[in-house]
Amino acid sequence: MGLELYLDLLSQPCRALYIFARSNNIPFEFKQVELMKGQHKTEEFQKVNMLMKVPAMRDGSFTLAESIAILLYMVRKFKTPDHWYPSDLQKRARVDEYLSWQHISIRGKGSKLFLMKLLLPLLTGQPLPPEKLEGATEELNAVLKQFEETFLQDKPFIAGSEISLADLVALVELMQPVGSGYDLFEERPKLAAWRRRVEEAVGKQLFQEAHEGILNAKNLTVDMIAPEMLEQFKQHLLKQVA
Amino acid sequence: MGLELYLDLLSQPCRSIYIFARSNNIPFEFKQVELFKGGPGTGPGRAAARPSNSEGAGKVSLLKKVPALKDGDFTLAECTAILLYLSRKYNTPDHWYPSDIQKRAQVDEYLSWHHTNIRANAPKTMWIKVLIPLFTGQPLPSEKLQEVMEGLSASLKQFEERFLKDKAFIIGSEISLADLVAVVELMQPVGVGCDIFEDRPRLMEWRRRVEDAVGKELFFQAHEMIFNIRELSNIQIHPQLKEHLAPVLMKMLK
Repeated sequence: MGLELYLDLLSQPCRALYIFARSNNIPFEFKQVELMKGQHKTEEFQKVNMLMKVPAMRDGSFTLAESIAILLYMVRKFKTPDHWYPSDLQKRARVDEYLSWQHISIRGKGSKLFLMKLLLPLLTGQPLPPEKLEGATEELNAVLKQFEETFLQDKPFIAGSEISLADLVALVELMQPVGSGYDLFEERPKLAAWRRRVEEAVGKQLFQEAHEGILNAKNLTVDMIAPEMLEQFKQHLLKQVA
Repeated sequence: MGLELYLDLLSQPCRSIYIFARSNNIPFEFKQVELFKGGPGTGPGRAAARPSNSEGAGKVSLLKKVPALKDGDFTLAECTAILLYLSRKYNTPDHWYPSDIQKRAQVDEYLSWHHTNIRANAPKTMWIKVLIPLFTGQPLPSEKLQEVMEGLSASLKQFEERFLKDKAFIIGSEISLADLVAVVELMQPVGVGCDIFEDRPRLMEWRRRVEDAVGKELFFQAHEMIFNIRELSNIQIHPQLKEHLAPVLMKMLK
């Protein structure tokens, strides 16, 4: 039994793992965990990750949660090319810096906008008040500005001239608000150029494939959600955007 | 000019870096940053911080917050990044960030989970009980604190059941970066009178082990400000800072 990755490609960190593993030809078994069907709450999945979250990994008897931990584990175990997590002390620190900062900034605000613009209206049958959406959009815009000015600056990639884990983790997160209809790349040419470079570095086709689900998120309907999960999801999400 | 660490020990991530560096005898210059003093452009937490004593300090951290590291021309923000940089550059003992790929992954796993769980709620206790009243002149309704404590309890439950379990430390028999980052965060509520260790003997045992591993004296020294948090109420906060931050802080709590 080799490496197993427990994923739902609707989830940003799952996409980072999927793209990283495929792009580096890391052999793994794709274990689908459909969040909308509540498969993350099953007893079976809890044995892999008792935190009931995706992504999760199982390698023999070793289980691991948290996408950053899993990415780094794969880097080390499969000895991927240096640029992904450079051995140069300072470049590596730049990657660590981004991976740490992004949790509550890019990931936090991008997810929030996606929840408010698409997911909650899907569950409740009603859009959110425009002021709430505006507020969430402004928050995301603010961190996008920080991203461009502090992390990307005038470099091709976050750590310099080559793609690293930081770029991959950043881009998959930015695709979430895009999937909800906020094309944040439209008036940001520098970001758009960086996005193209990242897509090319991992492989355009692979990138498109990984993002098929999220880019069609607008076609999700409430009957796709397991009825017993509906109320739980609603309450959980309402708390997150409160 | 050697290693400079820009720190305010009121801040949890600053304490983990301070304790780590001192405990490992890493030579550095302590650059005091006082988050609550200073004029325009300064402020606590994620707002701008300007070191109180130097030129070019604004360059130190483009993210303008603490903690920050300056090593020659190289500047770095983010606690995890700084801790890892220090462990690599100064070749600290293996247990801090084990070379064993699985143990290392478990440290990474905790450091990642920490951001949106323990660190999501623990700091709010100080904001609610001390800082916001200090800035706005008004106490907050008790439901606010209750909400935060409930969130923190849920995270603590996961911490004990999923991360610590029956081990001495998060990854096993020796202390690692994970324990240090966790414990400093949990001292924040303790400082303001929400002693989360009180009814949690297993956690308290773990805390004692962490204190012993880094050195009790160092641990207490690093936490002196937190234990004397009442004194914060007497400091003079720059009026412009108060004006600027009061609405931001109120929003923060929503």
